[in-house]
Formats: sequence, C-alpha cells, structure tokens
Amino acid sequence: MWLFDQILEFFSFQDINIRYVALGTVLLGASSAIVGCFTFLRKKALIGDTIAHSILPGICLSFIIFKTKDPLMLLLGAMVSGWISVYLVDYISAKSKIKPDTAIGLVLSVFFGIGILLLTYIQHSGNAAQAGLDKFLFGKAASLVQDDVITFGIVSVLLIGTIIMFFKQFSLISFDIHFAKTIGLPVRMFEILLSTLTVLAVAIGIQTVGVVLMAAMLITPAAAARFWTDKLKVMIVIAAIIGAFSGLFGAFISYTAPSMPTGPWIVVVLSFIAIGSLLIAPKNGAISKIRKQQKNKRKILEDNILKLLYKLGEKENDYFKNRSITKLKNHREIPENKFLKGLKKLRKKNQVANVNDLWVLTEKGKKSGMRIVRIHRLWELYLTTYLRIAPDHVHEDAETIEHIITPEMELKLKHLLDFPEKDPHHSDIPYKKDDNE
Amino acid sequence: MSDFWIILTGCLAAISCGLLGCFLILRKMAMIGDAISHAVLPGIVIAFLFSGSLNSFPMLIGAASFGLLTTFLIELFNKKGGLQKDASIGITFTWLFAVGVILISLYADNVHIDQDCVLFGEIAYVALEPLTSLLPGISAPNTVWILGTVMILVIAMIVFGYKGLFLTTFDPSFAATIGVSTVAWHYLLMSAVSVTTVVSFESVGAILVVALLIAPAATAYLLTDQLPKMLIIAALAGIIASIGGYYLAVWLDASVAAAIATVLGIEFTLVFLFAPKNGIIIKKFIK
Repeated sequence: MWLFDQILEFFSFQDINIRYVALGTVLLGASSAIVGCFTFLRKKALIGDTIAHSILPGICLSFIIFKTKDPLMLLLGAMVSGWISVYLVDYISAKSKIKPDTAIGLVLSVFFGIGILLLTYIQHSGNAAQAGLDKFLFGKAASLVQDDVITFGIVSVLLIGTIIMFFKQFSLISFDIHFAKTIGLPVRMFEILLSTLTVLAVAIGIQTVGVVLMAAMLITPAAAARFWTDKLKVMIVIAAIIGAFSGLFGAFISYTAPSMPTGPWIVVVLSFIAIGSLLIAPKNGAISKIRKQQKNKRKILEDNILKLLYKLGEKENDYFKNRSITKLKNHREIPENKFLKGLKKLRKKNQVANVNDLWVLTEKGKKSGMRIVRIHRLWELYLTTYLRIAPDHVHEDAETIEHIITPEMELKLKHLLDFPEKDPHHSDIPYKKDDNE
Repeated sequence: MSDFWIILTGCLAAISCGLLGCFLILRKMAMIGDAISHAVLPGIVIAFLFSGSLNSFPMLIGAASFGLLTTFLIELFNKKGGLQKDASIGITFTWLFAVGVILISLYADNVHIDQDCVLFGEIAYVALEPLTSLLPGISAPNTVWILGTVMILVIAMIVFGYKGLFLTTFDPSFAATIGVSTVAWHYLLMSAVSVTTVVSFESVGAILVVALLIAPAATAYLLTDQLPKMLIIAALAGIIASIGGYYLAVWLDASVAAAIATVLGIEFTLVFLFAPKNGIIIKKFIK
C-alpha cells in the first residue's frame, strides 16, 4: 500500500515542488526527444554528447567576463561554445585526415578540459557568487523551481514551433541531403538552424541531467521510437511520449526516494524502453527478426528434403517408394536430427507419410518437390542462356534461388524460356499436366 | 617532491593512454574508447563495494569486465538490433554511466567516490599518498606503482603483439586469412583500454581520460604515416602535456587534469595548423 500512497500523493501534484519538478522533466524529456529524432536520423547521434561537454567553457567564460549568473547570459555563452564545437567537429574532419569519430572525441574532451580548467579557476579564485555553476556538470533536476519551468516552457515552445514550421526542410536534409541540395534548398542554413536547436535543447537540459547523460536524452527516445515505425511524424510523437514518460518516472522515483538522483533514473528508464523496443518491436525488433530467420531456415530444410525425395524418385523411377533416413543421408549432408525434424513438419503438412521408420512422398508432396526441382532447373537454364554463365557454375546459385522464386516469377521464367524440356545438364524439366496451358 | 609525483603520474597515464589511443583512432574506434571510459563506472562501484578501495585487484577485474560488456553490448545493438553504430555507442555508455551514478547514491555510505572525481579526477591527491617501497631503493606512491605497472604491460603488449595488432588494425581480412584472430586482438585491446581507463580514473576522471586517449594520438596521426613513429610521438605529446599542464594548473590554481587536457588541445591546434605535410596553413602556402 505504501507504493500506492506514494503514487497517489505524487500524481495529485498537491505539492508545488513536485509540480515544478514533474512538469520540468516532462517538458525537457519531450522537447529533447523531438530534436533528437533529427540528430539520430542524420547519423549524428553523438553530436549531442559533443555539445553537452563543450558548453562548459562558454558558461565559465561568460561568468568570468560578465561576473553574473544571470541564466540568459550563461545560456548565451553556452550557445556560443556549443555551436563552435559543432562547427569544429565538421571542420576538423573535413580539412584533415582525422575521422569524424576521432574529431568528436577530441573536441568534446578538450573543450570539457578547458571548461573544468576555467571552473576550478573560478572556484579557487574565491568568488562566492560562483556557487551553483557546477549544476551544469551533474544536473539538479530535483531542485527545479518555477523560473526553471517557465524557461523550459518557453524553450520547448520555441523548439517545437521551429520544427513544425520547417518540418519539410528538416526532414529533407535528414533523409536525402543531396536531393535537398539539388532542388535548391539552402541546406547549409537549415543545418545551422538544426544545430542551433540542438545546442539550445542541450544547454537547457544539461542543467537537469548533467553533462554525460544529456546525450541519452536526445538519442535514446529517438532510437527506441525508430523500432516501432517508419514514418517520421509518428516517430517524433512516439519519441516525445517516451521522453516525457521517462522524465515523469525519474521525477517520481526521486520523489519517493529523495536520495536517488533524478537524471540517471530518467536515463535508466529511457534505456530500458529502448532495449525493450529493440527486442520486441513487431517488425524491426531483434526477436521478430530471429523468428523470421528461423522460419526461412525451416522452409529451406523442408524444400531440400522434398527436392531430395523427388529426385530419388526420378532416378529410381518410383516416386512413392518408402525410404529410410539412412538412405536419404547418403544423398545429402544433413544431420539426422534435422532430417527427422523436417520430415515431421512435412508430415503435419501432409507432404510426406511414414511407415515405421520409412518415409514416403504423398501426392501433394510430390507436386511440391517437383516444383522446386523445376524452378532449380529453369533458373540454371536462364543463367546459361541469358547471362552466359558456364553450366558448371550455375548450380550453387540455383540452390539459393529455388527457395525464393514466387509463382509469378516462375511463370515469367517459363514464358521467357518457352517451356524448355531440358536443363543445361540435360536433366528433364518436370511440369505438371496442366502446365502448358 | 610533490610536483614530481604529480607530473610523473600524469606522464604514466598519458603514455599508456596515448599508445592505446593510436590503435583506437586507426581502428576508427575513438568513440568506443570514450564509451568504455564512462561505462566502467558501475564496475568500479561494484568492485569498491567488495574491496573497499580504488587501488585493488578486484577493481581491475570489475572494470575490465564492464569494459568488455560495453564493447559487447555496442556490437550486439549494432549487429542484432540494427541500430546505427554511433547511436548504439551513445545508448550503451549513458545507460551504464547512469547505473553507476545510481549505485553511488545507493551505497553513498560505503562507497567513497566523489562525484567531481568521477568526471575530472584529482591528480594532486597522489602527492598526499604515503610512499611505499615495492622495489629495493625505490619508494613511490601507490598510484605511481599501479600506473607504472600498467604502462609497462601496455608497452609489453604492443612490443610483443606488434604484428597481431598491426595486421588486425590495417588489414583485418588478410589477418584472418593467415590465421590471426581479429576477435581475440579486438578484445585484448579493449581490455587494455578498460584497465588503463580505470587506473587513470582516480587521477584524471572519466571524461579527461578520453582527452588522453584521443588527443595525443590524433596529433601524432597528423605528423606521420608510420605506426612506430606515431606511437612515439603520441607518447611524447602526452609527456609534454603532462609537464606543461601541471605548470599551467599551478599558475591558474586550477585542476591539473583539466590543464593537461587543455595543453593537449593546444598541441593539436598547433599541429593542425602548422604540421609539415598536413597542416592547413602549410597546405595553403603550397597551393
């Protein structure tokens, strides 16, 4: 019941502090996820990490120069140095043989080093006003106040508004930058605008979750959402929901257990959603991919067994003779247990039948076996006739294609080759009785 | 004497990192080094819970296993999940780092790891350590002993495994044909990076160790096309930055590790602009 009470207390939002923290983390989670979708799709997932580390020198410099902690001045400094870092990564990798990932690691670690150098310099210089600058390092989500939430709100509206306004342009430069260039879109300008939005999202978010974890706020929701959809608009909505939910959850955990840090919990929740999506998403998930693979493997095994039984029948002129697995094994290298598994599956489909330990094709199974052999031989003939490949080189290719060809493609092949009788190795190409129609 | 120990600590960490960094950037794995240096945090915390100290054998095991777990997860998300490489790096290390921070808060009473230390370390502490004498006639702080041992191991790995590392870096398919296991060398290198990261962790922290890994190697990469020369230049760049960084930090009264990273940045900038063959200003004049 304790948990239930906690949940009730939290979601009633009676406590004004909870309201700010929850609202703040939700706004942050959603808006950084939306911006993150574009950096993710542009294959610049780590640019958020670069910016997060690189805004520190800007913050410190603007504090040293203007002697104030006015959030707007600090934000300005953060924007400038974050922006320079993005530019430098591009510049270094374009102008030298240094690879982009090296450039990213170089820029982020050196900028962060300069930032820490300035920060420790400020701290040791005895200026009492500096206290609190270190929230840019670790984030202070649990201490969000009204002003922060107002800032978050304004920035979120700004980010989302800009993205809606230039949605078409942004999606163009994310998916096909060359096409965008060809149709005369000012690509460079929109890239700069998108970078600016990213820098802005990072500069705001970092105060909540800290330097290291900011990268996750941008890309993890986008990566998770990508598994569920192929449509950009849907992806953005899903990412925003995941970001918002994780923000809320993180706030809830640090409310129930005040010693728990909010930022890391948000990231842990995000990561679990992403890993879960990676596993179970219906089309792109790992599990469904493995299933598909297994299904293909099973089909190949079954096809091969039917083909073998048919060819043996062809050779011995008796399609319906009972044959033992030992005998089948002599003709094709398949482990015995695999043979048994495949045969049992085929029995369920009524393609083969068995008497004791002997196996035999059914009428239905004979037709299936015949079809595979036919496709195999047609394809061999196609390769030798149309691609001029030597007859002794076509078997391997046909072994693969025979499992893939659809009835429509088969018909096309037959018409293209004009219902040939022999394959390149002078074996008969078997047809059904009604095949010539 | 304290100056000497701090500079020596910096040099030892910089040499190990610089040498390994050369292989990382040549293998296009710079960001995997970055990821490992963050993702070993939970390993460090768990090992700390068991052993109660940062300088211990369990620590190395904990760190190395999390380092390998990181590379494994990145590969897994990339290959099985179909997630692009940079995104799988980003997701893996932020996740593990977050777990590390949560573990620190959870066991705050037992784990004395300072939050600042996680990010940028405190190399000056080495001067406060008592001296121990492991070899006759030489007494040095514990950190120096550990970093020194790791440096010798790293150098030994490169000297004795030079052929394997060279082949798997530049021509993995040829290496595979002549029976050199790319996977084994990959994981050996990753273990070396994890261990080096961890022993450097207390001195320079998770982020600045990345500067030590990447910046000297990138600087050396612009100066030469030959691996042996690159390794030597990277080590030298690290040594110069350690010495220069120390005095910069003393002058500004600021973090030594951060100053070392700053000097590394200056070194890179100078080489980027003026390197004999690759410097962009030199290139302009040649045109």
